[in-house]
Amino acid sequence: MRFAWLLPAAAVLFAAGVASASAETITVTIDKLVFSPAEISVKAGDTVEWVNKDALAHTATVKGGWEVMIPPKKMASRVMTAKDTVDYYCRFHPNMKGKITVAP
Amino acid sequence: MFIRPFAALAMLGVLAAPTFADAADKPTDPQIAHIAYTAGVIDIEAAKLAVSKSKTKAVVDFAKDMLRDHEAVNKQALDLVKKLKVTPEDNDTSKALTKAAKAERAKLKKLKGAAFDKAYIDNEVAYHKQVDGALETLLIPSAQNAELKSLLETGLKIFQGHEMHAEHVAAGLK
Repeated sequence: MRFAWLLPAAAVLFAAGVASASAETITVTIDKLVFSPAEISVKAGDTVEWVNKDALAHTATVKGGWEVMIPPKKMASRVMTAKDTVDYYCRFHPNMKGKITVAP
Repeated sequence: MFIRPFAALAMLGVLAAPTFADAADKPTDPQIAHIAYTAGVIDIEAAKLAVSKSKTKAVVDFAKDMLRDHEAVNKQALDLVKKLKVTPEDNDTSKALTKAAKAERAKLKKLKGAAFDKAYIDNEVAYHKQVDGALETLLIPSAQNAELKSLLETGLKIFQGHEMHAEHVAAGLK
């Protein structure tokens, strides 16, 4: 009874703990106009982080969908949703291609 | 062995006939550095013209992308020649490229509106194709220094990307 007030707080902490433990960050490196790894598998809620080692600006662009700008020597990221099984490319250098698969 | 790429360039109208005859020799690293840098400068000049003349957002955006990328690459090229203590050496290929580009700019300057947009983008597709060919068949295989070769290989990927980008923009203009 004394500790009953703690339960909701514990539940919140537990839920937060579970969320942070399961949501991961997947890094894709861009070096010399190549996305590496080119194909990644993620879960909904995971973050994809692009690290751009080039002196050039790049994008991760989904045709008819979202676009992430990745400035030279910087990084940029996006949280993936269940609908993000996509092919993407760099709008400035369309010969750069990548693929994201959202696992169920 | 090194005649074919020049023949291909000559057919595309980049190189004048005398250059084609003179340039059967393999270019040296200082000459390659000069050719690569010149190729970048030419595209920067064309892009500046497009930014000032075009009223079409897709064309202006493309030209700005060209400006940004080629300025970044040429800066890398300058940093590299400085590091390697190589002095870029002017040569017949660079001269022919510059001469052809000057003629193209004069042609573009006379055009307006949709005619300018189309001529600029079509030339961007053709120009990047020519440079890709020269990089692949002549400049990269001739480069002696590993770092120069690596920069040229990255340059090839950039030019190939620009060629595709230009093709996308061209498709959107029609």
